[in-house]
Amino acid sequence: MLRKFSIIAAVAGLLVATAAPALAAGHPEEPKKVDWSFNGPFGKFDQAQLQRGYKVYREVCSACHAASLLSFRNLGDKNGPFYDAKYPNSNNNPYVKAIAAEYQVSSIDEETGDTVQRPATSADRFPSPFPNEYAARASNGGALPPDLSVLAKAREGGPDYIYSLLTGYHEAPAGLTIDPTKHYNPYFPGDLSSAWSGDPKHVPHGGVIGMPPPLADDRVTYDDGTKATLDQEAKDVSAFLMWAAEPKMIERKEMGFSVLIYLLLMSGLLYASYRTVWRNESH
Amino acid sequence: MSGHPSTYEPKTAFTRWLDSRLPIVRLGYDSFVDYPTPRNLNYWWTFGAILSLCLGVQIATGVVLAMHYTANAGLAFNSVEHIMRDVQYGWLIRYIHANGASMFFIAVYIHMFRGLYYGSYKAPREILWILGCVIYLLMMATAFMGYVLPWGQMSFHGAVVITNLFGALPIVGQAITTWLWGGFAVDNPTLNRFFSLHYLLPFMIAGVVILHIWALHVAGQNNPTGVEPKSKADTVPFTPYATIKDGFAVSVFLILFAIFVFYMPNALGHADNYIPADPLVTPAHIVPEWYFLPFYAILRAVPDKLMGVLAMFGAIACLFALPWLDTSKVRSMRYRPTAKLYFLIFVVACCILGLCGAKLPDDPVIPGLKTFTLIDSDLNSFVWLSRIAALYYFGFFLVILPILGLVEKTLPVPDSIAKPALSHPAHAPAEATASPETKG
Amino acid sequence: MAGAATQPQTVTGEDPNRRDFIHIAAIAAAAAGGAAVAWPLVMQMNPAGDTLALASVEFDLSKVAPGQQVTVKWRSKPLFVRNRTEAEIAKAVKDDNAPMKDPQKDADRVKPGKAQWLVVGGNCTHLGCVPTFGGGDYGGWFCPCHGSVYDTSGRIRKGPAPLNLVVPEYAFLSDTRIKIG
Repeated sequence: MLRKFSIIAAVAGLLVATAAPALAAGHPEEPKKVDWSFNGPFGKFDQAQLQRGYKVYREVCSACHAASLLSFRNLGDKNGPFYDAKYPNSNNNPYVKAIAAEYQVSSIDEETGDTVQRPATSADRFPSPFPNEYAARASNGGALPPDLSVLAKAREGGPDYIYSLLTGYHEAPAGLTIDPTKHYNPYFPGDLSSAWSGDPKHVPHGGVIGMPPPLADDRVTYDDGTKATLDQEAKDVSAFLMWAAEPKMIERKEMGFSVLIYLLLMSGLLYASYRTVWRNESH
Repeated sequence: MSGHPSTYEPKTAFTRWLDSRLPIVRLGYDSFVDYPTPRNLNYWWTFGAILSLCLGVQIATGVVLAMHYTANAGLAFNSVEHIMRDVQYGWLIRYIHANGASMFFIAVYIHMFRGLYYGSYKAPREILWILGCVIYLLMMATAFMGYVLPWGQMSFHGAVVITNLFGALPIVGQAITTWLWGGFAVDNPTLNRFFSLHYLLPFMIAGVVILHIWALHVAGQNNPTGVEPKSKADTVPFTPYATIKDGFAVSVFLILFAIFVFYMPNALGHADNYIPADPLVTPAHIVPEWYFLPFYAILRAVPDKLMGVLAMFGAIACLFALPWLDTSKVRSMRYRPTAKLYFLIFVVACCILGLCGAKLPDDPVIPGLKTFTLIDSDLNSFVWLSRIAALYYFGFFLVILPILGLVEKTLPVPDSIAKPALSHPAHAPAEATASPETKG
Repeated sequence: MAGAATQPQTVTGEDPNRRDFIHIAAIAAAAAGGAAVAWPLVMQMNPAGDTLALASVEFDLSKVAPGQQVTVKWRSKPLFVRNRTEAEIAKAVKDDNAPMKDPQKDADRVKPGKAQWLVVGGNCTHLGCVPTFGGGDYGGWFCPCHGSVYDTSGRIRKGPAPLNLVVPEYAFLSDTRIKIG
């Protein structure tokens, strides 16, 4: 029986492996593997890291990128960057309220009908830096900065990819002609064959990205005294974006552990019951 | 709906009263309690119960998700994220539903291969098999339309590619695609009708499942020997013998299910589907969900659009015709050593087709090796591998099974189920030959 | 045959109680699992996070002139914020001891020292219709659905409704600003 189930598992594994999409010629560099605190079945978000990551997002990313699926109250949700056990309802979390109040959001005055600006509340979504897609493109040389809400799930490699991309900028290899307003990044997907004047068998990995290198040493100043190196900032913001994309990840893994314990016990009991039922029957 | 004489005896005044008006308890008792089940069913036979569970899980979670989902092209993506972020346990329910589809297909493929191996499609079970094929078709349609609903990039462009398949039909093709779309492209009307149909089809599946079980209970279950039960010594009552075994198998299957839901919920999906649908940009690598990959590979193996579509549908049509394609008098491949070998190659060919479906057609199978160009591609490419595998797929149904049944040498088939069961080394003959009656 | 076969008797001398215990434990575990699965499927119908986030609203009272009322949408239902005139207050206080279905003093329905501000839920306590102001015999609200009449304190005086208009939980943040919920 074990043998048969191992065959099923193997078939399932094979199917998973085959489901991975193919990579074209001139594919990007494999993302660097980072040992995230939230890796593995018992991994958790590092709250200090999420707070630092939020700071990087706030001071750097949010200038061009929206995160329109996030509300301020989410910052105070369980396992979130500013969760405080004293405030199980994140709407009452004073830290969240203070962060929200720093933003102005547009609203309608119910008496005059005019569009007015008011301080955001914890129930409001993160405001977007541009009013619409066209404005975003116009301000960014035609490129559209993607929404960051689910970015960590919308890219192969997730936070590893984001970290690798942010730290992966370097000079374009000699022989690669690129638009001076664009930037070479070996982790960004693309096909550089047409821009490559060297050996056609050795087209460089990666692609050309519109975003200039966003992070650098001391780009932000961390409140907890952590040294703000490029590497540290990239890690922190990648972790923050993973939390933003999958805020229920820790809840999910914790529940999964209980469910698996239950199912193992249940299977044991059912097997014992099965053996007892069949003990006097040949089969 | 069971094909054996009823032994149900109502014990109380109320059950007697009910039984003479609506014998529903009798039906349940005869079908799922006293129903004689071959005593030698192995674990491959538990997938029927596992599939019932999968259908139940998908319907229960799906009805609940529909309470929060909005079928509108402008709102669908965000409503799914609303489920993931704000709805209580929404993330859990959605991940169960999304991975449940894959679990459903894992189970149905094992169930189908089992039927193929043990000859469960042969007389008198042809209708049973065809009803199963109908369920499989309905499942594919349901799964495809469900995958469109989150309205991500893969949803949208998957819908574009699949609906365009119908455009291959001569003369009426364009009219059919426009009718399917409700417009000139996949758009909001398409999403709305897919949602409606995605809600409808599972209940149609449930209806056909009832017919499937009915047909099963008329013909009786097949078993690993392929020999019909001849006496009571060959069978055991469904409850508790089959129910407890099914229960155990379901529980083990749920462990696999739970590992996906809780620890790798997005492993079977595509990252691109977390990007909202954009009709102006197609993802670099568009691949269907894993359970469609073998058919996708057959589609791409044929260089002509119409012929490719016909080959793909032909691959499914072969399943419907199977009861009349296999000419062997012996039901179970346990006693058909040659057929067993071809069957194993067939399973491998299906897996290879799945692999080819996930790869780019022109990519080399063995990296770096260049052979020679045949017709349109290098021989060392996934498109050629898929052509070889597709050829075997059709050859298995259309050539091997019809001819092999006439020429193969089979092993001796036992006279009854109990006979090989008696030779089971784990059981003493004296105990095993005792019928249930004499034991009590 | 079925009876005998469904309860196979052991011939090996094993204690039948232990054997039954395994079956009972397995069935109990399965039942517990089923109940645990039902929990999220039921709980998902409760208000979602974004709905809960809007459960409290702040309102600026300076927009309401004396003798006027403003209907605020709170938790997707109407809420009447009424700036009562002296006459309305006097009428309500005078009736404090009149026979009523749901006796309550006017002073208990407003915040101390803020008697002019009456904040009540805008749904009739009968079956949820929205009453209109100025109808009926008591100078307060009249429900068009089934004829319930409320006075200037929102108390039920006539008709099928069983209870007074509900005073929600609210607090004055300043003289001109209240937080409801």
